[in-house]
Amino acid sequence: MSTAADVTAAGLDPAALAGYEGHPPRMGFFTDTSVCIGCKACEVACKEWNSVPEDGLQLTGMSYDNSVSLNASTWRHVAFIEQIGHGPPDATADGAHSVDGAVDAAQPDAPRWLMASDVCKHCTEAACLDVCPTGALIRTEFGTVVVQDDICNGCGYCVPACPFGVIGRRESDGGAHKCTLCYDRLGDGLTPACAKACPTESIQFGPVDELRERAQQRVSELHENGTDSARLYLQDPGDGIGGGGAFFLLLDEPEVYGLPPDPVVTTRDLPRMWRHVATAAGGLAATAVAACLGWRGSQR
Amino acid sequence: MAEAHPVGFQWVMEAKARGATLIHVDPRFSRTSAMADLHVPIRAGSDIAFLGGLVRYVLENERYFREYVLNYTNAPVILTEEFADTEDLNGVFSGLDRERRAYDFKTWRYQGEEGWADGADGIGPEELLQVRQAARGEVHGSGGAAAHPVPDTDPTLQHPRCVFQVLKRHFARYTPEMVAQVTGVPEHVFRQVAELITQNSGPDKTTAFVYSVGWTQHTVGVQYIRTAAILQSLLGNMGRPGGGIMALRGHASIQGSTDIPTLFDLLPGYLPMPHVHSNDDLDTYVAAEKTDKGFKANTREYLVSLLKAWWGEAATADSDFCYDYLPRLTGSHGTYDTVLEQINGNCRGYFLFGQNPAVGSANARMQRLGMANLDWLVVRDMVLIESATFWQNGPEIETGELRTEDIRTEVFFLPAAAHTEKNGSFTNTQRMLQWHHQAVEPAGDARSDLWFTYHLGSRIQAKLAASSDEMDEPVQQLTWDYPVAGPLDEPDAEAVLTEINGRDRRGRPLSSYTQLKSDGSTTCGCWIYCGARAGGVNQTARRKPGREQSWVAPEWGWAWPANRRILYNRASADPDGRPWSDRKALVWWDADKGKWTGHDVPDFIADRPPSYRPPDDARGVDAISGIDPFVMQSDGKAWLFAPAGLVDGPLPAHYEPQESPLSNPLYAQQHNPVRQILEHPEDRFEPSGSQPGSEVFPYVTTTYRLTEHHTAGGMSRFLPYLAELQPAMFCEVSPELAAERGLEHMGWATIVTARAAIEARVMVTRRMTPLSLDGRRIHQIGLPWHWGPNGYTTGDAANELAHMSLDPNVHIQEVKAMTCDIRPGRRPRGPELRDLVRQYQQRAGITGQTGTEL
Amino acid sequence: MSGRSPRDEEFSDMARYGPGEPRDSAEQVVASKVRPDSYYGRAVIKEPVWSSPEIPGYLFLGGLAGASSVLAACAQATGNRELARAAKTGATVAIGLSLAALVKDLGRPVRFLNMLRVFKVTSPMNIGSWLVSGYTPTAAVAAASALTGRMPRVGAAASGAAAVLGAGVATYTAALVTDTAVPAWHEGHREMPYLFAGSAASAAGGLGMLAVGQPAAAQAVRFAVLGSAAELTAKSLLLQRLGDVGQPYRSGLAGKLMETAEVLTAAGLTGAVLGGRNRAAAAVSGAALVTASALTRFGIFFAGRTSARDPAYTVAPQQQRLQEAAATGAG
Repeated sequence: MSTAADVTAAGLDPAALAGYEGHPPRMGFFTDTSVCIGCKACEVACKEWNSVPEDGLQLTGMSYDNSVSLNASTWRHVAFIEQIGHGPPDATADGAHSVDGAVDAAQPDAPRWLMASDVCKHCTEAACLDVCPTGALIRTEFGTVVVQDDICNGCGYCVPACPFGVIGRRESDGGAHKCTLCYDRLGDGLTPACAKACPTESIQFGPVDELRERAQQRVSELHENGTDSARLYLQDPGDGIGGGGAFFLLLDEPEVYGLPPDPVVTTRDLPRMWRHVATAAGGLAATAVAACLGWRGSQR
Repeated sequence: MAEAHPVGFQWVMEAKARGATLIHVDPRFSRTSAMADLHVPIRAGSDIAFLGGLVRYVLENERYFREYVLNYTNAPVILTEEFADTEDLNGVFSGLDRERRAYDFKTWRYQGEEGWADGADGIGPEELLQVRQAARGEVHGSGGAAAHPVPDTDPTLQHPRCVFQVLKRHFARYTPEMVAQVTGVPEHVFRQVAELITQNSGPDKTTAFVYSVGWTQHTVGVQYIRTAAILQSLLGNMGRPGGGIMALRGHASIQGSTDIPTLFDLLPGYLPMPHVHSNDDLDTYVAAEKTDKGFKANTREYLVSLLKAWWGEAATADSDFCYDYLPRLTGSHGTYDTVLEQINGNCRGYFLFGQNPAVGSANARMQRLGMANLDWLVVRDMVLIESATFWQNGPEIETGELRTEDIRTEVFFLPAAAHTEKNGSFTNTQRMLQWHHQAVEPAGDARSDLWFTYHLGSRIQAKLAASSDEMDEPVQQLTWDYPVAGPLDEPDAEAVLTEINGRDRRGRPLSSYTQLKSDGSTTCGCWIYCGARAGGVNQTARRKPGREQSWVAPEWGWAWPANRRILYNRASADPDGRPWSDRKALVWWDADKGKWTGHDVPDFIADRPPSYRPPDDARGVDAISGIDPFVMQSDGKAWLFAPAGLVDGPLPAHYEPQESPLSNPLYAQQHNPVRQILEHPEDRFEPSGSQPGSEVFPYVTTTYRLTEHHTAGGMSRFLPYLAELQPAMFCEVSPELAAERGLEHMGWATIVTARAAIEARVMVTRRMTPLSLDGRRIHQIGLPWHWGPNGYTTGDAANELAHMSLDPNVHIQEVKAMTCDIRPGRRPRGPELRDLVRQYQQRAGITGQTGTEL
Repeated sequence: MSGRSPRDEEFSDMARYGPGEPRDSAEQVVASKVRPDSYYGRAVIKEPVWSSPEIPGYLFLGGLAGASSVLAACAQATGNRELARAAKTGATVAIGLSLAALVKDLGRPVRFLNMLRVFKVTSPMNIGSWLVSGYTPTAAVAAASALTGRMPRVGAAASGAAAVLGAGVATYTAALVTDTAVPAWHEGHREMPYLFAGSAASAAGGLGMLAVGQPAAAQAVRFAVLGSAAELTAKSLLLQRLGDVGQPYRSGLAGKLMETAEVLTAAGLTGAVLGGRNRAAAAVSGAALVTASALTRFGIFFAGRTSARDPAYTVAPQQQRLQEAAATGAG
């Protein structure tokens, strides 16, 4: 079983660790939510390309988010968070709103409407992949994580293992499904559907290390312009999942977007789990021995 | 723009990334506002006050671009003594015929311009009214035949009747305080906007305005645009890169649908449709419509070439080039007039091509009542839209007012091909044509509009071939010979494009409208599109990537006219022909080569030096001076004051919408006095302002789009992937309004106007802000207008609520600002629905007269 | 815009919603919210898709089976054939039901054999599949041999194998549930194996008390007592470690189940210890212990679900971890 140390040692090259030799560079997404306009082209393009079924006609009231969350039939999910000033409008606040204090730094309650396209993180250390009992979930040569639909038996173990709540089990066919980073398109040198459709390049696709550099520059740029709240999420290879193949620029805490603030892949604790299981098993045996020792039942 | 044009909005984001400041003025905080540096919530229907305030600010603080204003606008022009402004006449202009509700333009002219023909000379006032109604106003967008190409001017801008001073006086009352009073925009925010745009305009920087139907869909919609045009002309932003006023249109090719028009009042290339009273023959038409100066001087060349394209060999000098075959207007034949005629039984048939009036047009109810009274209705669409099924499941069936078995209309539904299933072009809002290529054959019986129209025309021609009736000659003699190919006998779209482009006498494609002749030797289906197939190459199909060409990117697609990307770009250079600044250089005069050159195709006579001044008797193109950038205007200048062209005023004035909670704080005149009102018992209006009964409808409502859906929903409500993104009709209200009316987030609400009542789920959000103005709090309710009873996601249509009081220039409906009431709970079903509406009408004391006052 | 402080106390989800209160009430919710610590109160992770009663039933039955096999082997070795026979039979029936439940719970049951495509140490479910695949036939053979009296040496070997594998079957499920992101499970990964083992022993012992009379049951009684003690200790340690994250075990349906299980365990133990040779008392006590073990597994299952649903259980501990890291980093 590969450990975190192994992964780091492999230079965070999950494809190499998975046994691919001479593989292409690791590909992923950098989603810059500061330029997301909430158009949901990504959601539609993804479903069109991958024939993902429509999964629910329910007005949620969660601002303009009626997709609710990532799951087996939603592989791109745009979140909407309204952060509009909470003073009464006809008091000192006066109905005008502004964003990005460069123009209006004096406004304390500048309104914001955060929009962010969420996606599978294609973790360097992927819990779903680790726990999959059939080997349906695999690492590809691009360093991405995909489900082999013809092997998955729908055991559902991957579902609660994911620290981000990405992968789900689809009721209509019983299998687990999630973003494939358009594996079939990568094979032909094409861009994943969501990145292709995104009109503002909020979703950027490319080699992960290149994206990481770009992301760093973008954050610095935003900080220089006074957007102090900008930060990167899952870009750091030293984090609890070894960094994400898909990572983000956020304008608020991750939990505001429904993301875990400090996710750690469950597999990191597995060695300890097995040790305790072994000890407990041994203890069970010892207990049985102790319970049966000195039994005088054959004599009355 | 992010809501309705997300793909186009990427360019705004690009500008933002390069340091542009983004200001969003809108009643609601939308996805555009989320990206903006400043969002300005405004009362729907008050933009003229806002823009007028900016105009005043620019004038008072002398922030206008003086050299530009002096040389390129009609600021120095002196107006006739007869002109009286709204300042003099309590909110109206001179020349108002109160009885006929129309303006006579005579008193709006330049001093000394007596012989100004506007197609109105020699006809009586009744006919004049019909001419006005037939939207002749927009004909004059290019100005009438000026007797004096060079009017009287005062270059010092001091003369009390010079346009500049008239402008100052007219806008004097649009103070920041007044702006706050009328629009609800606080003074300091207004000043912030004013500072931002004035600081960002001038030789080195330009400011761009972008608008869409939030400006046009008002009874004063055209005047909204006018105010922006005045502002941008004062600031020197017209014809300059990063400047201008960009109109975003609502569909992929709606620009094309006005260029090669589906509008009743226009021929291709914005030539006016002839009017029965004023344009009896070709000569009269040309005399009325052309100008003595500017490119409209070649009206004859454009029209003759068009007629030759349409009637080929039959169109000769002897037959007046078949000018008589053109239909004549007798009044306004706009879509709303048509609906009335349908209800009255005068219009018996209807074609709907990708159009869904049962949901998408104002007063949706009347649309359906009209459709229910036809002999036949043909609906071509990709899905069974509400206009095709109104007889089966329309709201009138539910209320019992109509019974399916009693509706006599024979409805034909013909499946239509999608854009991926046919060749053709889109013309987008930048006047750019882009070809799209067929990817697959249409399935089943679906056919393209081109196929349908061509084969229908062929069959009609065949049926009429033996006729000797004069009336049938226009159809018999139409050139109708496009090649067809493929399994479906699809007409060759490129052949159509070539016809539109035009051919010389030898049948070779033309490359410029300057090649068009009036002797019948050229054909051209649309003079502004001449060049789209220059050299026999489909210019509109060009796709050279931006990174492989200049920043103007002229080799992507083709823009009319002449692939010119920014109109009036002569104005990007100073009177000497040098760019106002290096960083804003676009076109300039190359003295060595003796011609204009630059990054864009110059919008000027190629070899006309900046120093050229025409002799007094010069005519036509010769009359354009070296400093007349606005070549389509009769005087070559940007019009701060519009002496002709608009039927409701040479200057914009703030009038309240047809329905408003306010009395006009600016003038005694409440409404646009010459707005077009369609009176009908089903089109009742609400009282406004201080009129009794207006309190029954105390809230402002505005309709708008969501990104996830498309217009009347035919292309989105029927698709699961889009339907699930916005799966139900909802209204947006502020928490304050929700508290006031007992509305619950995600509960139901009923919205009522004098026309109808609809229901919607409630979205309580702080993105809707109550406004403080006029000493009270004004609430606004937002209504997406995409829903109808058919499809994957269904709901009530916002257009049930709307009325037919229209902008008089272009006959567009005012769906951006109405008043209504809102109450919690679902609406009644069955006959009780109409009872509810009647109750409201009674409570508000509404009669046939309400709201129809001048 | 100017940087703002990351957390607004006024809108802390823990304070507002409390742990263990899923955010699905019908209160008026305005779409605009300023700085909550969750996204409309929605779960961050996904709760398990496993169904009840299949999976909690399996946790119980698998534990019962494995521990019974362990008990059976020791009983056999000490000559307690009566108890051994009963335990082996019980184990076989239990594992048989388990298999049915497991296959039924799959999204694509026909593909259950795909579990054995690979041998994967990072997947407790995979290891468990191998364990159960090896255990089931050995348990069945052991039981068959014991019941028919045939092939005693094969039966003895099978018993031994079943005991070894059974110990694994009874405890690997702890790794199965804790090797997830479910807060109430994962945070208890150190204690859970002992809890499961103890609960299994308690159930196996209780089954023995139900099935056989004294003196055969004596070993079962002792097994049950030791198992319960271990279970209770482990549970107490687990809840202590979890702190606030343990709230799902104390409230709602899970809380009731856990509480009832404790009462039944206490009753069962009391009856076991004080009941003497009273067969009826022993049976009732045995039944109580078996039931308690089942209820415990169901309680753990539902507690897991609840902790997955409420974002606070995922977010708050992580926030705390970050704060502590920042504090020590800065210090």
